[in-house]
Amino acid sequence: MIIELGHYALVLALATAFVQAALPILGARLNDRALMELASSAAVACFLLVAFAFAVLTFAYVTSDFSVRNVWENSHSLKPLIYKISGVWGNHEGSMLLWLLILVFFSALVATFGRNLPETLKANVLAVQAWIAVAFTLFILLTSNPFARLIPAPGEGKDLNPILQDVGLAIHPPLLYLGYVGFSVCFSFAIAALIEGRIDAAWARWVRPWTLAAWTFLTAGISMGSYWAYYELGWGGWWFWDPVENASFMPWLAGTALLHSALVMEKREALKIWTVLLAIMTFSLSLLGTFLVRSGVLTSVHAFATDPTRGIFILAILVFFIGGAFSLFAFRASRLKAGGIFAPISREGALVFNNLILTTATATVLTGTLYPLVLEALTGDKISVGPPFFNMTFGLLMLPLLFAVPFGPLLAWKRGDLMGVAQRLFAAVAVGLVVGSGYYYAMNGGPILALFGIALGVYMIGGSLTDLALRSGLGKVAGNVAWRRFSGLPRSAFGTALAHIGLGVTLIGIVAVTAFETETVVEMKPGMTVDAGGYTLRFDGMRNGSGPNYSEESGHFTISSGGVVVTDIWSSKRLYQARRMPTTEAGIRTFGLSQLYVSLGDQISEGGIVVRIWWKPMILCIWGGTLFMMAGGFVSLSDRRLRVGAPTRAKRPKTIPVGAAE
Amino acid sequence: MTRKQKRLAIIGGGVGFLTMAILLVMFAFSQAIAYFYVPSDLAKADVPPGTRIRLGGLVEAGSVKRGDGKTVTFTVTDTLGQVPVTYTGILPDLFREGQGVVTEGTFVAGSSVFVADSVLAKHDETYMPKDVADRLKAQGVELSGKETVR
Repeated sequence: MIIELGHYALVLALATAFVQAALPILGARLNDRALMELASSAAVACFLLVAFAFAVLTFAYVTSDFSVRNVWENSHSLKPLIYKISGVWGNHEGSMLLWLLILVFFSALVATFGRNLPETLKANVLAVQAWIAVAFTLFILLTSNPFARLIPAPGEGKDLNPILQDVGLAIHPPLLYLGYVGFSVCFSFAIAALIEGRIDAAWARWVRPWTLAAWTFLTAGISMGSYWAYYELGWGGWWFWDPVENASFMPWLAGTALLHSALVMEKREALKIWTVLLAIMTFSLSLLGTFLVRSGVLTSVHAFATDPTRGIFILAILVFFIGGAFSLFAFRASRLKAGGIFAPISREGALVFNNLILTTATATVLTGTLYPLVLEALTGDKISVGPPFFNMTFGLLMLPLLFAVPFGPLLAWKRGDLMGVAQRLFAAVAVGLVVGSGYYYAMNGGPILALFGIALGVYMIGGSLTDLALRSGLGKVAGNVAWRRFSGLPRSAFGTALAHIGLGVTLIGIVAVTAFETETVVEMKPGMTVDAGGYTLRFDGMRNGSGPNYSEESGHFTISSGGVVVTDIWSSKRLYQARRMPTTEAGIRTFGLSQLYVSLGDQISEGGIVVRIWWKPMILCIWGGTLFMMAGGFVSLSDRRLRVGAPTRAKRPKTIPVGAAE
Repeated sequence: MTRKQKRLAIIGGGVGFLTMAILLVMFAFSQAIAYFYVPSDLAKADVPPGTRIRLGGLVEAGSVKRGDGKTVTFTVTDTLGQVPVTYTGILPDLFREGQGVVTEGTFVAGSSVFVADSVLAKHDETYMPKDVADRLKAQGVELSGKETVR
């Protein structure tokens, strides 16, 4: 019964979304307040209905109600509770419902926090959000109903794909969707602006927090996914340039560009049309990602099941929204007043440079991702475009941008002094080269490019710190004055610095791992030792064990350094009973920022087993850097300039007398 | 700089960068992609030694032999042709005789043995690499068992 209520709530949500899609836009045309205000209540109602449907599905999973086909296909009564809950979105139907839930969640947020938005803009934005909601609710109801019953109900479920039985699944998809789908708000704002034919700097100020929030979550989602793949798949890799990874990476790149171009629009009223286009492109890439991942054109762990009708349905959604948006853009863009032109050497010039490179890089990734599909459709040839392609193109194209990153914040608006900035960055360059060479010699040589790679990363960190130091007048004014200025800097300045520092940290991790990682594949018998990264691993033997829904064989390794035992590693192979599926649970130990990674292969002779051991120097920097980026996003989001509800509120008195609050 | 010159500088720079990017992508496509073959293709297509390709098919039953521990040899077949493959490293969890596999690597000059540096047998016990399944079906090979393509 409760299951049918969930289904019914989803149908009601569809009806609500239809209302929200049609009436407010009419209200904005007719200047009818009541119709426009309907948008907010409809958005909140729609969110509550979808949230109820989602809760019902979760309930079915938690209680292992195998009369629901979706639960039977993807759950098992012995599964730990957390995986029962995360299993809700560990399958096609459930993950689409999560997608929809987050979409209407964002609509409800706009409805609630967008009180200061002009009435017509808000009505239009919410209407566009509702169009998307209608499309995806229809998709779920018509092709991917998670509430379908199975009669008679089987006694036991088929269990979730073991690779997905991990905390990673609990965190990665919701974060990723918050990012992916968050860009829908930017899209809706862009479409609303085109419908109204009017756009100004305030528009950029309204759009930026949404972009920033979506970008921050997407960063978190991608980073989390990368770490999950790293420790769960047992291949020791952290990024494979897999089409599915690219599907999330492209909106991230475009979103990063949007973040920067909105800045120019807000400050200088330039790049207006470009920013609108970028907002449309970013969400289009999110939709394309959804299509690539969900339609089954690609085979991967993400493609849960292939059903041609679904693929065609999503393709139709894709064509409708992307095609519609670009046609609208083509018709209406000329009505938006273009912004001014500006000097190439200036802050805005630097931001254009950023946009040029980021969009080109996005286009490159897009080409590499779609080329095999297109080629196969046209000629029937099957090819694979892998890491070599992306490293060669994306890597080279991004290089000038990485070098330019510290220049941006140091250049003045309108007219910048390139030589002056270069002089100020001299210290950062010097520190970078010193640290790079130091690390290079500490690692006893290696590819010379690694030296410059590390130096580039350190220089980016140093450059961002230089910006903060110069802004607070460090060295020019007394220490306490500098401190006061430093703490008075706008939050967005810290946000910028943190995000750029994060990029540098990630780069250092990537370079160090690529250049200096060691990999040893060896057959080991108990008592044998292997050296890796300055540590000695001794294989002690195998042990059998079991978990709630799997059995496992684990190898024990003692790790010592200079003859002293430091720690140990268990590395195992599991067999999940329900699906008879083996998985590798790599053993990982962290030493500072580096890691030892041990993965088991086949048992060959008695007691002997093939073992793959990696030493991954500085690998934690890769994900550590993204933490800095996220921190940058959140700090920037807390800047009062961007607080959606309070763009013009007067400043509060700076010092509140001590004790006044008591 | 005048307005016109500024605009020219920006547009010129942009076009220059884009041209560079396009050339780079075209170069990369000529260098860094791997074509997919099944064993019977290889008789017709002349793949020069050293060219990276992907070779897919079924692991022939009874063909898997372990050498000195880490090196494994096996035969990839599409029932019309067979190619011997050697691989050094850990085979994926789902690698089994009679199951689909995609290997990537090169032929060494003067030998018909395919030296693979990566072996994919992905993720799901019912998963058959799509490329392999399409080709095998096209050749009329019965894919036994459960729905093989997901």
